[in-house]
Order: sequence, then structure tokens, then C-alpha cells
Amino acid sequence: MVKSVLPVLTVVAAILGIWLLAVVPMNMHLVADQAQRDGAIVQPDTPAARQGVGGLTLAINNPDLISLAYSFKRPRLPSPQQVSGEMYKTIFQKKITSKRSLVYHGWVTLAPTLLGFVIGTGMGILLAVGIVYSRVMDRSVMPWAIVSQTIPILALAPMVIVVMGSMGIQGLFPKSLIAAYLSFFPVAVGMVKGLRSPSSMQLDLLRTYNASGVQGFWSLRLPASAPYLFASLKIGISASLVGTIVAELPTGARAGFGARMLVGDQYGQPLVSWAALFAAALTAAALVGLFSAIERVTLRRMGMDAA
Amino acid sequence: MIYVLIALLIWAGGWLLNVRLANGPSSNLPMTKVVIPAIFGLTIVVVWELMVIGFVVNPVILPAPSSVLSRLGQEGPILWADFRQTILKGALSGYIMGTVGALIVAVIADRSDFLTRGILPVGSFMAALPIVGTAPIFVKWLGSDWESKAAVVAVMVFFPILVNTVAGLKDTNSMQRDLMRTYAAGYWPTLFKLRLPSAMPFIFNGLKIGTTLALIGAIVAEFFGSPTVGMGFRISTSFGQLALDMVWAEIVVAALAGSAFYGVMTWVEKRVTFWHPSQR
Repeated sequence: MVKSVLPVLTVVAAILGIWLLAVVPMNMHLVADQAQRDGAIVQPDTPAARQGVGGLTLAINNPDLISLAYSFKRPRLPSPQQVSGEMYKTIFQKKITSKRSLVYHGWVTLAPTLLGFVIGTGMGILLAVGIVYSRVMDRSVMPWAIVSQTIPILALAPMVIVVMGSMGIQGLFPKSLIAAYLSFFPVAVGMVKGLRSPSSMQLDLLRTYNASGVQGFWSLRLPASAPYLFASLKIGISASLVGTIVAELPTGARAGFGARMLVGDQYGQPLVSWAALFAAALTAAALVGLFSAIERVTLRRMGMDAA
Repeated sequence: MIYVLIALLIWAGGWLLNVRLANGPSSNLPMTKVVIPAIFGLTIVVVWELMVIGFVVNPVILPAPSSVLSRLGQEGPILWADFRQTILKGALSGYIMGTVGALIVAVIADRSDFLTRGILPVGSFMAALPIVGTAPIFVKWLGSDWESKAAVVAVMVFFPILVNTVAGLKDTNSMQRDLMRTYAAGYWPTLFKLRLPSAMPFIFNGLKIGTTLALIGAIVAEFFGSPTVGMGFRISTSFGQLALDMVWAEIVVAALAGSAFYGVMTWVEKRVTFWHPSQR
């Protein structure tokens, strides 16, 4: 764990470095146009001529404008410090009930994600139990569960929202439905694997104890499936979050990370989009991290931390 | 009401038939393994059709499978044009770019243990992020034609393939590496003759995860701007015209394309990793 801190920091620093370097050529044309309007002398001196040269050449010709590229108001690529500044401003310096607070928008996204995730996980586990114990369900549902993983259903999330909206169902539920659907199949498939993971030796041992099917389920199959369950939960929670965000994107939602990304894009406020994007990334990371922590503690107490 | 009754009867019949087949003597034949899910799927479609007729469901909410099917037949040329724009131009080119990029970065990172230890956690972290959210940004940068879609797809498939490849390149034991050394094989022969082949099961795992991501990325990115052709464009505009059967026709095409893409990858994997225990 400690051994990988330095390499990870190096990789992150490298990514930040590339980002910082890319800011200049990406924004140089916009900066040059603005500087000229403000009365500065820019080489070459017409916008049309500037379109002909690359961003890098433009930066070399006008070295005094480079610093402006990092604080430009409506950049094509904002600099890391602008994004983190915007995030700090909208997370810590606004009241959390304010429409401009990212905490508020984060909760709007997080609530349906969690609700959907709980529903989807519950249903997934139930389906898995059904599949493991019923041969018919195994044979008829399992192939479809696997095929459904290859279908880009996430792309249809916005449509589901609008259909349900036209039926008069609004608010938390439509988004939860998508989050539930997306976490449902990974959990079901993982749990089927997990519930089947006890070896025939272990199952035979229970039979020599004259254990009933129910006892076998609670004391062998369910505990044995824990590592598989946690692996699927981590996939499921990030899929749920992505699903909710995509559902918010093109549907005219007024709040939530997805809505913020779109608003920033449409009203020429790239900083808003970028801050929402990174806040969403942090939320996803926090959720996956939370489940990893629960996984580690639980499996250790169950004596399975080697797995 | 009579349709609903028939639907319920067909549902019960299909289920009974499957119970018979699954518990019968022929349940382990490969034939039966295909027939049972087929019956299940068919029953659902028939029940759906009858329910839509029986309850007189508004086609704006849920169209009947038959009208979706007739759309599929009528709008062939449009669907084909959308397929070419989204899947062949957007998704496939992005998929190839992302894969090649990930393989190159993985091989470079693999040369240094330090880099590997850094890239693995960062890469698997990035793979869990909502990267689709970058779609509006890419559309703004690269315009609304297929280039921006390819870029979104490339970024989305990059990380799963990178992480799997880096993990796969570690998957040789010291015996195997020592054998290569006794043959006086240098870095490159070892890479191409031992380490890449033994990484193949991992690489294909990443490639298969990437197939679905590629389609999602290409379709979602079209919601933010596209030429007047493409599956995402068609889904959102047909939706605006309340032509839900057209939306479902595109969904069917997307589902078929997704399964076919995945199927092709599985087929190639079988050919390439025929030596692996899971394939024998």
C-alpha cells in the first residue's frame, strides 16, 4: 500500500503536467482575440491570419500572453487551478441549499443513485438466488442476463426519463429506475457465480451433517458469495452513478451533476461543466472507495482477506 | 380483455414448456440450451404484443413489437446510414484508437516497475469514472461529426484495456521467463513470444468490456450535437416526433450491434487463446 504512493503521485503529477502544458495551445487563439480587442498588439494581427497558425506558434510569437491563457474567463480547456478554484467556490463557499452549490447538485444526483442501487442490488440478489435454485430460471433467464450486458442500454436513459415524465412520473423515481437497472445485472451475474462457488466437497460435508437446503444457503452459499458480491457492488455503484448522470444530461433536468455539465456547455461557462465533471468523478471515487473499505473490513472479519 | 387472457395463457404455456425441457432428460443437450432461452424471449415478445393490444396502450408510451418490426423493415436504408455513421465511423474507429493507445502505453509502462505500480491504481480509478460526461466537451472541441464521437469512445475504452493489459503482462512465472533466458531471447522476442501471448486472456477481457462502452459513448455523444444522421441523433429526434417505434427500432439495431460486437470479440478470443484452460 505505502509502496505504491510515490508511483501513483508521479503518474498523477505527470497527468497534471500534460494538462498544464496543453492549456496554452488550446486557449491561445481565444486569448489572442480577446487581447486584441483590449488593445494589445498581437502577432499575426488579424483573427483570420491567426487561424492559419497553430496554438503553439501563436504562443511563441506572443510570449507575454501565455500567462493570460491560465486565467482566461471562457477557456476551451480550463487550467487545473481554475477548475479547483471553481470547485472550492461552489462546494465550500455557497450555502448547500443554494442552486449554485455543487453539494446541492451532488445530492440531487446521489439520492436517486443510492435508492436505485439498493433496489437493483436487492433484486439482483433475489434473481441470483432464483437462478441458483431453479433450473428453469437458470436455463431461460441467465443467457438473457448475460446478453443484456452487451447492450448499450445506458444510451437510452434520457428517453426513459422523458417517457416516464410524459406519464406523469417525475422526481426521484425515473432516475432510480435507470440506476437500479444498471446495477441489477452485474450484481445478479456476480452473485450467481458467488452462490455457486462452494466446492462439491463443502456441499457434501453439509449433506453429511444432514443440513437442510435453507441451512446450506445461510451457512455456506451466502457467506461464500461475499467476495463476489463486493466485486459486483463496486461495479454496480459506479454503473448506477454513471446512469443517473447520463439520465440527467440531455433531458432538460434542472439540477444534478449531469444538468450542471450541460448548463455550463450551453451557456458558455466551461468552468461550471468542468467543476461538475470533477465533482462527479470524486463522488464515484468516494463511493467505490467506501465499498472497498467495507469489503476489506467484512472479509477480514469473515477470515477471507486473502481472497 | 380476451387478449390479456390469451397473453397469460401463453405465458403459462411457455413457462411449463421450459420447465419440462429444463428438467427433462434432454436438458443438457446443446440444442435445448439454445431453445429454452429462445422460448423465454419469444414468450415475452408475444405477451408484450398482446398486452399492448389488450390494454390499448398508447403507442407514445410503449409501441407493440409488430410496429417496431415493420419499422425495421421499412426504414432499412435510414437505419443502415445511422449504423454506418455511429457504429462504423464513431464507435469502431474510436475503439481501435483507444485499444492501440492502451496497448502502447501498457507496453511502455511495463518496462518500469515504478510506472506499473503507479498506472494500475490510477487506471482502475479512471475506469470507474463517469467518462461519458466528457462528451459535451469533446463535441465542442472536435465538432459534431464522427471525430468527436471517436474521441469519447477512445477515452472510454482506453482505461479498462490499459489496466487489463498491464496486469496481463505481469502474468508470466519465473520458470517461463528463465526458459526464454536460456534461449538467449532478448526483451522483444520475450515480449512477442511469451508475455503478450500469455497476456491475451487479460487483454481480451478488457476488449470485451470495451465493446459495450464504445457503443454507449458513440450514441450518448450524439445527443450533444451530430450531423443529421446517426443512431443517437435518430433516437432523440424520433423521440421528439413521438415516433417511439422508430426509437425502438434503433434500440433493436443497437442491441444487435452490441451483441454482435461482443460475439466477434469472443470468437477471436477463442481463436487466439485456444491454449488457455478456460477455453479447453
